[in-house]
Parts: sequence; C-alpha cells; structure tokens
Amino acid sequence: MARTLAAATRRVLGSRRRGDRSAAVPATDDTDAALVADLVEAIGADRVRADAAARYLASRDASIYKEGNAGPVCYPGSTADVVACVEVAARHGRAVSPRGAGTGLAGGAAPLGQPVVLSMTRMDRLLEIDLDNGVAWVQPGMVNLDLSRALAPHGVHYAPDPSSQAACTIGGNVANNSGGPHCLAYGVTSAHVLAVEVVMSDASVVTLGDLTAEPPGYDLRGAFVGSEGMCGIATAVAVRLTRNPPAVRTMLLSFDDVSDAAATVSAIIAAGIVPAAIEMMDQRCVTAVEDFAQAGYPRDAAAVLLVEVDGPAGGVAIAGERVADIARRNQAISARTAADDDERARLWKGRKSAFGAVANVMPDYYLHDTVVPRTRLVEVLERIYEIVDRHDLIVLNVFHAGDGNLHPILAYDSRVPGTGERVQAAGREIIEMSLDMGGALTGEHGIGVEKREYMDRMFSAVDLDQQSRLRASFDPHCRMNPGKVLPSAHSCSDIGALRASDAAGVWG
Amino acid sequence: MADFDEALTAFAAEVGTDGPVCVRGGRTRWSLGGEASPGTREVQAPEGIVAFEPAEMTVRVRAGTPVAALHEELAADGQRTALPERAGGTVGGALMAGESSIARLGLGPVRDALLQARYVCADGRIASAGAGTVKNVSGFDLCRLLVGSLGTLGLVGEVLLRTFPVGEAERWVRLAGTDPGAVRSCYTAASVLWDGTDVLILLSGYAVDVDDDLSRLAALGNCEDVDGPPELPPHRWVCTPAEAAAFDARNGAAGPFVAEIGVGVVHASQPQPPRPVEPGVVELNRRFKERFDPPGRLNPGRDPLRKP
Repeated sequence: MARTLAAATRRVLGSRRRGDRSAAVPATDDTDAALVADLVEAIGADRVRADAAARYLASRDASIYKEGNAGPVCYPGSTADVVACVEVAARHGRAVSPRGAGTGLAGGAAPLGQPVVLSMTRMDRLLEIDLDNGVAWVQPGMVNLDLSRALAPHGVHYAPDPSSQAACTIGGNVANNSGGPHCLAYGVTSAHVLAVEVVMSDASVVTLGDLTAEPPGYDLRGAFVGSEGMCGIATAVAVRLTRNPPAVRTMLLSFDDVSDAAATVSAIIAAGIVPAAIEMMDQRCVTAVEDFAQAGYPRDAAAVLLVEVDGPAGGVAIAGERVADIARRNQAISARTAADDDERARLWKGRKSAFGAVANVMPDYYLHDTVVPRTRLVEVLERIYEIVDRHDLIVLNVFHAGDGNLHPILAYDSRVPGTGERVQAAGREIIEMSLDMGGALTGEHGIGVEKREYMDRMFSAVDLDQQSRLRASFDPHCRMNPGKVLPSAHSCSDIGALRASDAAGVWG
Repeated sequence: MADFDEALTAFAAEVGTDGPVCVRGGRTRWSLGGEASPGTREVQAPEGIVAFEPAEMTVRVRAGTPVAALHEELAADGQRTALPERAGGTVGGALMAGESSIARLGLGPVRDALLQARYVCADGRIASAGAGTVKNVSGFDLCRLLVGSLGTLGLVGEVLLRTFPVGEAERWVRLAGTDPGAVRSCYTAASVLWDGTDVLILLSGYAVDVDDDLSRLAALGNCEDVDGPPELPPHRWVCTPAEAAAFDARNGAAGPFVAEIGVGVVHASQPQPPRPVEPGVVELNRRFKERFDPPGRLNPGRDPLRKP
C-alpha cells in the first residue's frame, strides 16, 4: 500500500508542475444531475457549482497530491445550509468533504471518491466577542489573520499563527490542529478551541465542548480538533482569546555553524526559558529569504535563530539577556534585538515568506513536517544534510526549532528526469529518521493523504484500531472526508464510501 | 512503536481480558462520576518515574505514581506539571479525573498536559496514543479523549507529561475587600481565588515581574502575604469564567465558597446541581463508550457525564 502512494506521488512529481492546469477533471457523471438538482433545491442555485472549473479548484489543496476528485461543490452560507447538503449527500449515498482555503499541505482537503465538497469560505463572519469569558465565536471560513485583526482593538489575539495565516481559515486550523511559530509557548489549535458546533454525518447538529472550565462527559471537542474533516463539519468555533503580552523582544541570533544554532535551542529550553517562539533558518534559506523579502538577515551566517520572548517587561529583559548569553556561549557571531515594531515586523516577514522565497531557488519544492525531540536537533540536522546530499538534492531548513518541529524544504526541478524519485526517496528517509529519533510523523500539517501509509510506521495495529474507533464513534458510516489519515487496512469502511472508480485510482 | 516496559505489561496482564475491573489510585476522587459497580475487581497501575528529561521538558511516569512524589522529583530541576496535587492522589487519577489545579491560570488545564499515553484497552491489549515529542498531530487525538474519561475507555499505565519551569518567585497574597476583576492587570497571576469578600492571589514568575504586580496590587488596597491557598469547601463546581465571577450574586444557597476567577471553577459547600447536557452529546458519549469498551468492563458504574 505504501508503494501505491509512492507510485501515485511519483507520477505527480514526474509529470506535473505547480500551476499546470492541463490535467482534466472528469466530466460530471450523468447520475450527478439528480444530486446537483437536489443540492440546488436545498440551498439555492447560487450556492452550488458542478462545472469543471469549480470542481477542478475544489479537487486540490496546497499539497503535491493532485489526484483529488471533487463532485458538486457547495458554498453554504449557514449551518442550515450545511445540514441540507449533508442530508442530500446522504440520500444520494455520497460522502462529504469540507474545505477551507485549501492551504493544507498533506492532501487533507483533496476530496477522494467524488464527494459533495463543502467550501466553507462564505461562512466567514466573526459572530461574537465575549470578553467576560475570554472567547470569540467565529464561523469556520474566517481567515486566521482577519480574526486577529478584528480582535486587536480589544487587546487580545488568537494565538495559533500558521505561516499561511493570511489565507488559511479557522475551520481548516481546527481540522488540522494547526500550529505556528508562537505555539511553542501558547500551544497549538486544540489548546485554543473551547467549543465547536458540528454538523454530524447524520446531519444532526451538536455542540462539542462549552465555555466552562471542564465540559461534561468525554472531551469531544478535543477528539474533534485535528480530525481532518473526518468526524463532522465545524460550523461555528469558540476560540480562546489570548491577552496581548505587555512586552515583546524579538532577537536575531547568527551562527557560523548550524550545530551551534541547534545547540543554542536545546540550551535555552534546558535553562528553563520558554520563549514565545524559537525559529531556525539555515544559510540557503536565509539567502532565499533575503533575495525575496529583504528582511535584514545576515547572508554570511550558516544559520540564524529568530527568538521571541514576551510577557511583563522585567522578565522579558531578563529572558532576553539570558538567551543572548546562551547564544554567545554557543559561539553566536551576532545577537541583534529588534529596536522597534517595524524591525520586528520585518524579521517576522522574512520568516513567514520563506516558503514563497523558495520559488527563486527552484521551480518546485516539497515541504516536509516532522517532529523530533528538541534535545536531538544537532544530530537530526546533520542527518538531514547527509540524506539530501546523498540524493543529490537541495534542502532549505526553516522550522519551529523550539519544539523540534522540522520543515526541511526539498527544492527541485521536476523537468529533470529522475528528480521526482530522488525527492520521494529522500523524503521517506527523513520521515523514517525522525521516527527513529523518537519523533512524530507530523507536528502541524496533518496526515491527510500524504502520510497515511506511514501511520503504521509510527503506530501499532492496536493503536490504529483505537484511532479508528474514535473516528467511527463520530461517523459510523465513514461519510465525512473519507480516505484520509488512517491507512487503508484500518479504514475499510471508507473504501465503501468511495466510488469504485476512484477507489481504484487511490488504492489500485 | 516502542517495546513496552515490564511494569506496563504486568499491569495489562493483571487487567486481563475479561470481567469488570476498576483502577484504584489514591482514592482522592473515588466517587467522581459514580461509584464502581459492586463486584468490580480492583487493580492498581504501576508506580515510578521512567525518565525525566528536563531539557526536553517532559517526564515519562507510570500512572500509579503519586503526583506529589513526581513533583518532588521534578522540583530538583525547577520544574513541575499541570496536574493538581492532592494528598495521595496519583498521576493516573489526576488525568482520569481531568480536574485542573488551582494554579490553572499559570499552568493550564490538565487536558493540555498529556503528550503520550500507554493504556490497556478493553480487550487487554496495550495501545499507545500521542507521541514522544512536545508537538504532534499524527492521527486522531486519543490523549485528549482519555483525559477526564474516568478510566471508562482504557486503563492508563504509563504517560508522557509536559513539564513547566516553576516560577523564579512565587507568592500568595491576600487583597481584602476587592473586586476580583481589578486583579486582571496582574500578568503573573497563576491563581486568583475569591470568597465573595477577599481575593487571594498566587503570583508566579520572574521576581521583578512579581514585585511589579505586588506594587500594582498594593495600590488597590490592603495587600498582605499569606502562607498559601485557603481551605477549599468540599464540592467543586464547574462553570464559565463569567459565572464564577458572579457566583456570589447568583448562588447564595451554596454557602461559603471559593471561586477560581478567570477559570470557571467554584469550590462550594453544597454539591453542584446536574449540568444540562444536550441529547446529541449524550448520544456521542454513549457511542464512544460502546466502541471503546464493548463489554462495558472498564470502570463500570462511572460516567464522565455525571461529573460535576
């Protein structure tokens, strides 16, 4: 089964480039005419599209996986619309796949088996700010950054800040349990979601969790967050508001040697300092970022760390000094503190534009996402360079070093014959090395389709059986976003939810 | 996938594959969510710290270990976990109860503390949930499902917990006759307790920040040092932060109380009336129990929906 995915990915890597629109979406089946008519009747003609262009767009996310195949695409405007779509889909024996902005990197939003796709982007309103309870109710299609901007006048923000925050939606963040640089101190999405209104696979509406300290019963919103659209469709989310810290210090530490930078990260944590963020970039990444965004990073450094400490002013000054001290003891060649908000914003702009900057290096890239124990960063980075060298590839490292969340970017040109195979092989070795170091398959991008067949490398059959029970408790008929996360051996009923033709395409 | 430690496999063997079974921790929250059904066999989870890695800020510990003993060990390196310390209370018990410590403002809820769990399933096999790292989104989040589940879905034997550095300075102070809302300006407050009259505050952080907050508090009224938290009334209510802050006005009948401000927990003299739960949630709880424990052998008689 792992071979099958690899083969599918290889085809993609070998033959298609980002932005290539030549791949044809199969024409809508005749049988879909009745389905589309029912959807139109349920939510209105302006909220349903079944043309090839709409289906093409809804068939992909930002991953390299290009085998998604959307059925009719619906744009619900309310919870009632979502309920109606789920009902119609069930009546026609079709699965439902929700999607946000499609910025996911693991294929989680790539629909399998021509399901009814629910694009949640029209449900993008901020419903309520409740400062007494420290929460805001938002619709799932709201863009992450729009939320933080709307909250700014109240002196609070929404803490998870994925690199794609200018485009990604809160619903997508909930599905992927998304992270971001500042999750080091503040925690990933699950720590910031108090309640979720969910349309279940039987079209019932349930609110999981509530605004109390400990909702009664099992922690169902905890089980729901990160379930990649497979447990139901979030239609409203209560997110925790985080008080803006009174003081922030952002530092750029530069090193002659990548190992010194990695050792500095481990030493900061070992000293009992929990910065808001510790980001690391190696020289190739710094150069690309400078060419692209002119963030003011030193091009001659082998690696830089972007460290941010926040909190009350006194402690921020002390923690900042301690961090700089640790860096100097680990041979830092410079330690610069952002003098004002402008400089701070510029330093962060560099970090957040790293993925875009890769386009100047090579036409294609494959972004990985694994986690390793943060005490082992030095050896892990050495291993990554060794693996990539051996496969004659280029790697740019930019990652959340503070929590050991790696993002090696393999940059390549898919027009060069054989490159796809080498990217695939190196990626596999990086994933396996991360697991061998005691790590995890993914820290924030999710499993989706991309890492589905690696799950049994990290989990035993018993573990996966338990995970599939969680999913089946929410969705006994496996109708919500089928075919993701669990390897095929543990999601048999998912195959039933897929149409035979597509099942062959995915698993054949 | 790791080889399981001997204590864990021995625990699984003791749990076995059939017959009703419940786990005894420190018996500090023994009746939470109902009493164990009569005739239920009692087992105990293994004890001991497996590996404490201060530089990783994690500790691997067996579920039967008393929280106080764990924290004593972690304190040597200036760290602790978010789990509450109750006399005799165990790590497994604290996780299965899912009730936060009174320093939740500083330490966070128990649900965020569990990184990895190795537990015995209803069929006697050992499952592992989560990962050995501080960050992980690989697959469905069984760890959060287990926290607060009262051992009704699986019996936890060994866990990996997140640890935190203990504040460089920690001080409990009392502010007499103040509106607890006025304390919001204190960034280092790890606990704000209010009995309707006085506010007790635990300040925790860098000494300089704690001192700053102390002068801020002194400006609000008479602020004096106290030894620690007050004696808490026996019943723990769970509500929203807004309800906790308005507890006095709303619930004179509950008698003396201590409200955790900013959290939504109130310690009261009377038990909390049952909280309303929507039918869809009840149904989901039923389905989870049925799928994870088809024979109904894990902690029969207990139900997380009946927790206050």
